[in-house]
Amino acid sequence: MKKVLVWVMFAVVGMFLLACSTEAPGSGGNANEDTDNTSNNAAGNDSGDADYTVGFSISTLNNPFFVTLQEGAEAKAEELGIEIIMVDAQDDDAKQVNDVEDLIQQGVDVILINPTDSSSVVTAVSSANDAGIPVITVDRGADGGDVVSHIASDNVAGGEMAGDLLVELLGEGAEVAEIEGIPGSSAARERGEGFNNIATDALSVVSSQTANFNRAEGLNVMENILQSNPDIVGVFAHNDEMALGALEAAEASGMDELVIVGFDATDDAVAAVEAGRLAGTVAQQPTLIGEQALETALAFLQDEDVEDFIPVELELVRE
Amino acid sequence: MLSSKQMKSLLATIGPFIGLFLIVTVITILNPSFLSLSNVLNVLRQVSINALIAFGMTFVILTGGIDLSVGAILAFSGAVTATLMAAGVDPILAMMVGLLVGAILGAINGLIISKGKVAPFIATLATMTIYRGLTLVFTDGRPVSGLGESTLFEMLGRGYFFGIPVPAVTMLMSFLVLYLILKKTTFGRRVYAVGGNEEAAILSGIKADRIKIYVYSLTGFLSALAGIILTSRLNSAQPTAGTMYELDAIAAVVLGGTSLTGGRGWIVGTLIGALIIGVLNNGLNLLGVSSFFQQVVKGSVILLAVLLDRKKTA
Repeated sequence: MKKVLVWVMFAVVGMFLLACSTEAPGSGGNANEDTDNTSNNAAGNDSGDADYTVGFSISTLNNPFFVTLQEGAEAKAEELGIEIIMVDAQDDDAKQVNDVEDLIQQGVDVILINPTDSSSVVTAVSSANDAGIPVITVDRGADGGDVVSHIASDNVAGGEMAGDLLVELLGEGAEVAEIEGIPGSSAARERGEGFNNIATDALSVVSSQTANFNRAEGLNVMENILQSNPDIVGVFAHNDEMALGALEAAEASGMDELVIVGFDATDDAVAAVEAGRLAGTVAQQPTLIGEQALETALAFLQDEDVEDFIPVELELVRE
Repeated sequence: MLSSKQMKSLLATIGPFIGLFLIVTVITILNPSFLSLSNVLNVLRQVSINALIAFGMTFVILTGGIDLSVGAILAFSGAVTATLMAAGVDPILAMMVGLLVGAILGAINGLIISKGKVAPFIATLATMTIYRGLTLVFTDGRPVSGLGESTLFEMLGRGYFFGIPVPAVTMLMSFLVLYLILKKTTFGRRVYAVGGNEEAAILSGIKADRIKIYVYSLTGFLSALAGIILTSRLNSAQPTAGTMYELDAIAAVVLGGTSLTGGRGWIVGTLIGALIIGVLNNGLNLLGVSSFFQQVVKGSVILLAVLLDRKKTA
């Protein structure tokens, strides 16, 4: 009986390994190429459809946002005729460094990295630099190393969109509050910057406090704001979690007409917008980010100039 | 002609080698670049962190225990070292403090288990949560970066020693020392004795409690070493570093043929077990297998090893 079980296990593992081989077309072929000869720019074999291989290290595929981003990248790769090798770091910084090293071993032409963390990814970027493979960062940046281009949502523009919406709904000079994300995080910084670009002139921001992107803290912070500033008519929260927390606080204190704008367009927030409880939320477009990443990679491989930072537009979700 | 008992022990000894050989063969056939020198060195470097933890785990499991807190100790020690370095403390001192902290956290495990008479699984499940929590408190949940320039510290995770990655050298040196400790010293024999039959060991004059405290301290120390190497590799300490590493370490020990009931096993097997896991991680990546599938394959291999192990000891 045990013997049978063991053989079944063997068969299962064997089948997986065989199934895998079909999923990696050509991985055996180009992997043997000189890794130091990947200085693509020298690859002047002008044919537009030179078979490029792009490695993509993604932070996690356990999050719908990144799955959508991956799907955008894969669809674009197919359209452009580029081979793409995806590796999933499962939110583990160490695994991401290993993953990128494995991509280097395969001699890919360019590596797209969606970092799990901006500081820990630096080693991976330097390894790719040492191997002469260009790196493009996606959604999150790298604190160091040589990066060809960074592709991410235009958070500043998103903050401006939120500010504009509040002005449109409340009129110039309305008293509003800002609930900030984790201090120092790029999202909080940029969203805040964009919002204040608008608010400084067009609105009166009477309170700015942090709730660390957290729903429960958003609730607490909003309660405090309402205690000290009962006259506010609008709120901009740096993410939807805090916006939803603020919404709870507002509704609990009977201020149903408070105009709240969030950021991220999470499912909960979109439902709240549809129900007329939130005024709006700013949506990132992960598919577009994925597509843009592949387009930038191809442009670079074909020796075109690419910008250091390529902002991807956002979309306003409102009633 | 070998007796069936000898056959079984022979199988237990060479089983892990056969497994590693088979996996390497299959992956090499599917992707010849797997066996290139640069990739072999790559795998050795990737394996080193898990292997160091797994070496300690071998000692713990030999005494009949288990340590679930190793990943949390790794994170805490890394965070302590990184924080000290970021504050401008001499890197060597910072690393020594980190190693000491790891050994102390391990000793606390040992004390709870031996003096407190708490089952190792429960004791380290609790300390895993405590140590991870302390790491988050200590770092405020954020990565510690800005470690300053220290060639020595950078070498530890990213350097090369005669073309061999330094983490791999550290792993092999540690392996050699631990192999000798286990094989040639009284302490090593006592570890086996405590795991084999604790009562008999105590009756023959072995201070089982003390052995356990030493063993858990050693594991804490090795986890801290792994944590410092990881911190150097990432050039920052991540509060979530090492999450679930305890499982990879236990898997390496089990794949190597060490019995979870204690008293039987060897550290050579653990090295091979860690290599099997590392080769699977790297090979499946090279073959472009999706990460979800990789987990299925890894789990299946571990299950297979345990089934085979049960077969030979049944």
